[in-house]
Amino acid sequence: MGRVALVTGVSRDLGRRFARCLAATDGIDRVIGVDVVPPRGDVGAMSFIRADIRTPVIAKVIAKEDVDTVVHMSVIATPGSAGGRGTMKELNVIGTMQLLAACQKAPSVQHLVVKSTSTVYGASSRDPAMFTEEMGPRRNPRSGFSKDAAEIEGYVRGFARRRPDVRVTLLRLANVVGPHVVSPMTSYFRLPVVPTVLGYDARMQFVHQDDLDRVLRHAVLADVPGTFNIAGDGFLMLSQALRRLQRATVPLPGFAVGQLGSVLRQARLADFSPEQLSFLTFGRGIDTTRMRTELGFEPDYTTAEAFADFASSMPASSRISERALAGLADLLPDDRGPVGATRG
Amino acid sequence: MADAEIIPIGTRGRPGRGTGSPKPSSAARSLAAKPAPKAASKGAATKPRRATPRRTSKPAAVDAIEQVTTEAVPPAAPPSAPPSAPPRPAATTADRGPLAGIAPDVWLSMLQGAAREVWGEQWEPQLAQLLAVLRRRLTGDYEVDEFGFDPEVTEKLTLALLRPIAEKWFRVEVRGIENIPAEGGALIVSNHSGTVPLDALMTTVAVHDNTGRFLRLLGADLVFRMPFIGEMARRGGATLACNEDAERMLRRGDLVGVWPEGFKGIGKPFSQRYKLQRFGRGGFVGAALRTGVPIIPLSVVGAEETYPLVGNIPSLARLLGVPYIPVTPFFPWLGPLGLVPLPSKWLLEFGEPIRTDEIDAGAADDPMLVFHLTDQVRETIQQTLYNLLMKRESVWR
Repeated sequence: MGRVALVTGVSRDLGRRFARCLAATDGIDRVIGVDVVPPRGDVGAMSFIRADIRTPVIAKVIAKEDVDTVVHMSVIATPGSAGGRGTMKELNVIGTMQLLAACQKAPSVQHLVVKSTSTVYGASSRDPAMFTEEMGPRRNPRSGFSKDAAEIEGYVRGFARRRPDVRVTLLRLANVVGPHVVSPMTSYFRLPVVPTVLGYDARMQFVHQDDLDRVLRHAVLADVPGTFNIAGDGFLMLSQALRRLQRATVPLPGFAVGQLGSVLRQARLADFSPEQLSFLTFGRGIDTTRMRTELGFEPDYTTAEAFADFASSMPASSRISERALAGLADLLPDDRGPVGATRG
Repeated sequence: MADAEIIPIGTRGRPGRGTGSPKPSSAARSLAAKPAPKAASKGAATKPRRATPRRTSKPAAVDAIEQVTTEAVPPAAPPSAPPSAPPRPAATTADRGPLAGIAPDVWLSMLQGAAREVWGEQWEPQLAQLLAVLRRRLTGDYEVDEFGFDPEVTEKLTLALLRPIAEKWFRVEVRGIENIPAEGGALIVSNHSGTVPLDALMTTVAVHDNTGRFLRLLGADLVFRMPFIGEMARRGGATLACNEDAERMLRRGDLVGVWPEGFKGIGKPFSQRYKLQRFGRGGFVGAALRTGVPIIPLSVVGAEETYPLVGNIPSLARLLGVPYIPVTPFFPWLGPLGLVPLPSKWLLEFGEPIRTDEIDAGAADDPMLVFHLTDQVRETIQQTLYNLLMKRESVWR
């Protein structure tokens, strides 16, 4: 049997890479990439159709190409890349509505895989340490990306109710990192001096970009319906991650970080949305038990390994204080090595 | 004696400020530049020569007396030595610093001595270990668990800082430590008191030092909302007091501590000391029932007297979004000094574990049973508190 997959949001790097990777997979005959702008870079065996998922054109594409699998990756987290909050919301929410409406009308569609985010759980001081898939945010998001994500999930659940014959898999991913990933989180870590929230330290989980490709492909092929949290094993604290990066940090009170974030947003350096600020303050943990038991997926990279791979792609910090600290750390003994070689 | 080092004191007779500067002060110049004192000193120098012939003419008795005086003042001889010694450069203030003139090898032996003093004879591996820890902290090469618990910093820093307070200041005395299982999950339920949650910290120290296990605390969401405190709490292994987290920890086999009275207990006035408040909604019993772990009642005596809460500023508390602003006999009147807890004597008694593994897990949904168990735990703690108070001789001893 030949399957035809439609992937949205292929103009961005993660979407393009996944589409290329899916096109090279056995059992998938054809991969159609859809976006409003053509992808830059190698697309492999994917065929690109320029279509806007906010318009009913998408329904024609699905009907004409006889698509049976839809992978929705076109949820964007930053208003900057879309050209403003209004456009971003329209792309996210209206785009998803149109896409799901088209899927509902198309009898050929059998599988729907949606890449969502763990941002839907929010981040606050009242959070449990680990979110399981049944839990929701402690406080419903009122604006921004987290509200978009919550609305998108709502539409996906509505679609699953109306088309019970379609297998729907919703993946809530922790922050994706990797050498080529451009996301609010990675551009935050790439800042020359990283602002942190004074007096707080966030718990973080990361997914490697290769694991993102693998889990999406697994979800396309595995035919397991449901909602799954996806994250690498283990945790990193924000302070710990920054030390591993050897980045200089400047702790600021929360409101100052928010203001700095809006300045950075205007300068197009980084994007500090309110939900990212609360994530950097309180952090979040997601329980990945169901990813293993039900979805049957095992990530290749732990959180620490994924982050190390991301860190290795970055140039070492050129700041003297950071270099001095690193030099000092090199002088200090490693207790896994021989002990006693050092003296006071 | 003849080649004894002369330690220069002052300006060694030369005019000047005593700072080693070759230029004397104007006052000294006016004294020194006059020719008359020069002549006087010349006269003084010639005197001994004249004295020798005079001695011969004197009677023997006088001679004997002179002999005694010269013997009684032996330092009279050394002053002849300095002129033969090479001229010393003038002493500067830098030379006279408290650390001047200590040779590097003396420094090394002093540091080694200090290290031996701190870490004992095995100081070298100990120091290497400390430096290795420092390296791991600098490079971020350490592990935290899903709750943000950092065992290294907790064991090496937090508990090490709290231990002297527990042992020397409060002289914590622990009873019934054998009731804590050596492994597997258990829920320690305690009374809460003392305005500032010192009892939670001291219990953590006591449990760790007596059993080697880390006590994982369940804290109110206010703890995690506050900067620094929330960070330290997570690092020390605490998590939010909610059923999800409590059950997750108990399932992992952790030793979990909970103070079900919450702010009602810790912020109660001093007049109500050692009277247990309502035990929340019994959520902790539900968590223990669902995970089948024993409940260990803990009674803490002594914490109530650390900060006797005599008043509250509700309006300010509402403004700051905290449950109370304490007024004690010393705070805020004495400022930061009022933050020093009173050195009361503490008694910690761990009671018999209440087993829940024989009760059906579905019983957690039976409110009557949950209330019954909650009351049982509460009564046990209250009775133990009364017993301990009766046995206690004084608040301070």
